[in-house]
Amino acid sequence: MWTFFHKLGSPPWLFGISGTILRYLLPLTLIALAVGMVWGVLFTAPDFRQGNSYRIIYIHVPAAVVALAGYYVMAIAGAVSLIWKMKMADIAMKSCAPIGAALTFVALVTGAIWGKPTWGTWWVWDARITSMLILLFLYLGVVALYEAYDNKEAAGKACAVLTLVGTVNIPIIYKSVDWWYSLHQPASIKFTGESSIDPSMLYPLLLMIVAFYMMFTCALLMNMRAEILEREKRTKWVRKLAEGQGS
Amino acid sequence: MYFDSIDALLQMDGHGIYVWAAYGITLAVIVFMLLSPARRKKRFLRQLAGQLRRSQETPGTQEESNAPST
Repeated sequence: MWTFFHKLGSPPWLFGISGTILRYLLPLTLIALAVGMVWGVLFTAPDFRQGNSYRIIYIHVPAAVVALAGYYVMAIAGAVSLIWKMKMADIAMKSCAPIGAALTFVALVTGAIWGKPTWGTWWVWDARITSMLILLFLYLGVVALYEAYDNKEAAGKACAVLTLVGTVNIPIIYKSVDWWYSLHQPASIKFTGESSIDPSMLYPLLLMIVAFYMMFTCALLMNMRAEILEREKRTKWVRKLAEGQGS
Repeated sequence: MYFDSIDALLQMDGHGIYVWAAYGITLAVIVFMLLSPARRKKRFLRQLAGQLRRSQETPGTQEESNAPST
């Protein structure tokens, strides 16, 4: 167990293992995304009330779910880097931010596009949507704060604190549709009790959620690998890698 | 397939523009998300390799070499 943590802190080991994981995970991710999208767009029946516009659900919900999950990863990595000063945790936190921002952006934009034919408006200052917008700013804040410091250690600390403070927003996002009157519908998929969504729509949706999780993992690992190389550029193994590939 | 024709698929009873726009934007973001770290890594390694080669040609300047700006 402890040797595992020890290895986890070793940049060359993490670089190597993540490369191996990506070799399998990346093609799988692309297949899952393609199958899920084709299934959702071409092979499901339209919603009886919303018609075809509901097909946006297959990207909107996965993007939102994984954008939130990504914040957990970032917050945990931030806490670990604050408490144990683990270099790799700091790299993981930094690498989460742009991906989380991209996914939140997708959730907001697809939500706006879905809102137009369904609610008759692109945007409302509704609790769920506003708290998602705050999530986007939190992610972008971490990206910007990192760039604002020359000292990587100080940057990491400031970002970790911002991330942890921002965690307050997460339960607000979850509960926003219950706490406030909202245009946004409450969750249709439940772990306990029956989901209020037809199985023919549920399965492609679940596939897309899994595919987005896989995509997040791929993007995170790829970002981390680039970051590891840049931070370790003075070490022998990175120089060797550059000499081998960069000609 | 649910739709009878390509035209029906594109139109989606008037919702086509929304659905396709949403999917188009999402695909663009996905491509960007997966390509940008790969490009960043490639560019970095190429830059570092160039630096190492230069520092080998003129020995003794290895430590002053500029850090790649990324």
